Amino acid sequence: MPRVIGQPVPRKEARDKVTGQARYVDDLSFPGMLRGVTVRSTCPRARIKKIHFDASIPWDEFVIVTAKDIPGKNCVTLLLEDQPCLADTVINHPEEPVVLLAHADKYLLEEARRAVWIEVEPLPAVLTLEDSLARKEIIWGADNVLKAIHLEKGNVDEVWSQADFIVEGEYETGAQEQLYIEPNGMVAVANPQEGVTVWGSMQCPYYVHRALVPLFGLPENKVRVIQVETGGGFGGKEEYPSMIAAHAALLAWKSGRPVKIVYDRAEDMAATTKRHPSRTRHRTAVSKEGRLLGMEIEFVLDGGAYATLSAVVLSRGTIHAAGPYLCPNVRVRSRAMATNTPPQGAFRGFGAPQSTFALERHLNKVAQAVGLPPEELRRRNFLREGETTATGQVIREKVALADLLARALELSDYHAKLKRFAAENATRQEKKGIGFATFMHGAGFTGSGEKYLASVVGVEATPEGRVRILTASTEIGQGTNTILCQIAAETLGLELERVEMAAPDTAAVPNSGPTVASRTCMIVGKLVESAALALKQTLEGSGFLPRQYSQQEFGEACRRYMEKFGPLRTYSQYQLPPEIQWDEENYKGDAYGAYAWAAYVAEVTVDSLTCEVRVDDFVAVQEVGRVVNPVLAAGQIEGGVAQGIGYALYENVVWQEGRMMNNQMTNYIMPTSMDVPRIRVYFEEIPYARGPAGAKGLGELPLDGTAPAIANAIENATGVAVDRLPVLPEHLLDLLEASRA
Amino acid sequence: MPEDGRKVTVTCKVNGLERTLRVYPLARLLDVLREELHLTGTKEGCGEGECGACSVLLNGQLANSCLIPALQADKAEIATIEGLASPDCLHEVQQAFIEAGGAQCGICTPGMIVAAVNLLARIPQPTEGEIRFGLAGNLCRCTGYMKIFQAVVRACRRQRERVSA
Repeated sequence: MPRVIGQPVPRKEARDKVTGQARYVDDLSFPGMLRGVTVRSTCPRARIKKIHFDASIPWDEFVIVTAKDIPGKNCVTLLLEDQPCLADTVINHPEEPVVLLAHADKYLLEEARRAVWIEVEPLPAVLTLEDSLARKEIIWGADNVLKAIHLEKGNVDEVWSQADFIVEGEYETGAQEQLYIEPNGMVAVANPQEGVTVWGSMQCPYYVHRALVPLFGLPENKVRVIQVETGGGFGGKEEYPSMIAAHAALLAWKSGRPVKIVYDRAEDMAATTKRHPSRTRHRTAVSKEGRLLGMEIEFVLDGGAYATLSAVVLSRGTIHAAGPYLCPNVRVRSRAMATNTPPQGAFRGFGAPQSTFALERHLNKVAQAVGLPPEELRRRNFLREGETTATGQVIREKVALADLLARALELSDYHAKLKRFAAENATRQEKKGIGFATFMHGAGFTGSGEKYLASVVGVEATPEGRVRILTASTEIGQGTNTILCQIAAETLGLELERVEMAAPDTAAVPNSGPTVASRTCMIVGKLVESAALALKQTLEGSGFLPRQYSQQEFGEACRRYMEKFGPLRTYSQYQLPPEIQWDEENYKGDAYGAYAWAAYVAEVTVDSLTCEVRVDDFVAVQEVGRVVNPVLAAGQIEGGVAQGIGYALYENVVWQEGRMMNNQMTNYIMPTSMDVPRIRVYFEEIPYARGPAGAKGLGELPLDGTAPAIANAIENATGVAVDRLPVLPEHLLDLLEASRA
Repeated sequence: MPEDGRKVTVTCKVNGLERTLRVYPLARLLDVLREELHLTGTKEGCGEGECGACSVLLNGQLANSCLIPALQADKAEIATIEGLASPDCLHEVQQAFIEAGGAQCGICTPGMIVAAVNLLARIPQPTEGEIRFGLAGNLCRCTGYMKIFQAVVRACRRQRERVSA
């Protein structure tokens, strides 16, 4: 029987991608298709008075849609229904869509977009986290708080008097743009007879489906959403695609013609969601032996103008805020605040990179206070099997963090370099440093999230005797197609070529949940495994499949089954394992089914004259359960580390009056092939009992630990504490000058 | 519809085929390739020459087709990703990208492969530094570039083996 799990098989759609044959949304064309554009507000907060259409444009040739053309409910349905699809009376951020235009000629369309003027009565806006917290104006709900979470373990209040040291710190992270290389886009066909069909770049077909149904007031079976090849997502195509699909569909509905909306880079960067800016305050009680006694953490996110996914981003950030350490007394108070900027949203890591940066910087400070090396402080506090996390979750799996850290320090030659750099830096302009972070990332939806998703996966036999996987889980570059086929092939004892993926089309595949939260391999993969097992058992039960079978015999059994009984299709639905208990009210219990654990080491050079930072070496050691495909898994870590390098050093969103001012690749800087070090990736494999073949999730993990490892290395090189991301040269210069003064 | 008098005739060779086109003189070569010739393998990532997703070879030189006015393509030879492989045989660089895992989401891949082919044409045995520099105009957000570098090294080894065989 062929073994396919653990093999570095090439990705399923690789050939289409390397030949340019893969079809992305902008490659689609329909007869009579129009192009659509969005006219947006330009001020952060205002009342709309009037929309003016300049007389220089022959408007009768254009399709024009405003809020009044929406057949159903004017909102982008997600968690709350606070965000309009098109602003009608009030503007809450400077990129709010107000008018949609369509025309066959994209050049005329651009002229027309500039000829619409939205007359407004400006209202006072809240543009910073501080102003939102201070309630300078109330712009959302009763108090600007999009979501508040209070996590409590033990009794923090009683611990301060017993502490040998109390260490405080404040940490900040900026917004980060996902910067998938394919901008967002959708094509829609829509009319009252056939309903609405959209094709597009997205992570979550059923999220788009759920948003379009109430917008058009259509029954669910009259809305169809099809994901086409998607050029990267990283969370940036989790929620905003619902907005663009709605816009394209509204224009198609009104015009009776297919409409394509593809954002250009500037619009995509300015208008769509980014990683939430954050501010974290730590107060930590620690014994002279370096034991963590109490942690009080205040975690605040800037959510932008609408609620979007801020509540769940805040949740993940909160749960990860105390890290993979044992501490008997923990309090985390978290808030996501509203500001009049475009809503922030999902980005790989989903709140955890922000709170992990704060903690991994802070623990270095704690180690200094206690007088221990940073690795020793962590070693004394790592969570072990049988101990409880900040939410009181008992860790039932072996936690190999101490081993991961030891291996990472050895592979990076940490101790020798520490010594050598300290000796050499004194006489050099280029200061070298080395630093690390240890961290975890929970796989799957938080708490009871997976229970409510109740995801379904199907597996069917094809007339050719092959097996097709039916899921709405999307391939966005991370390897969904390939790993799910590997899991099914392994379960069925088939060659990989005999397993294929159905296109993610809501009319043809069940809802396997969104492609987010490092859940595709662990949660959806497990459902693929059990649906495939059910298919095999059905075939065995029918008597057509012998106990030992060849590839041909399997195909033959499928054909014979289908001749006799019709379609052969089996499904599997997620069931919450009985040991997972979550109390949403009190934030207690099993926050995640499983965690990935990791230790990352970064080596940097800081030019003390220019304050530029270069990452020279990067070692990433992690335990992610069984590795399904080592090439794809390493690719995920390497790509995540590169994004983390960007987050740490280059990627700076410049805000002015609530708008992103550097919304170009020219002045928003992501790592190029010249900027990344050799990224050395190592996996420890401890199979997870409830994962497919023992696998857990790993996609988001690298974003959590990369930036703090780099920041700790910069501190090692320069002696100054870098507590704010990104570490731009000008910020570092200020810190260095302050330290010399 | 009457012929738009502002359009000009451009004659060029695209992937070995002679083409005569009526285009606006300042139309972007990228749009001409994608919309007039339906060669959609060339992608638009930024429209300002930063990301390299629209990379093509213009008279053998690597170029961002989003920055090339159609008029400049007159009498030129253009090679796009579609011209690299024959129906049953991939280019060595394409094959190496598949094996090494050099493509993830795939949107930068055509441009990246065109750049890698151009690099190996100029420098058959590039050092790591030369590979990095040769691909510095092509942004990839998925891979962290490691597997792309490995793909180039693999392709270069394969080319060497073929030449010496």
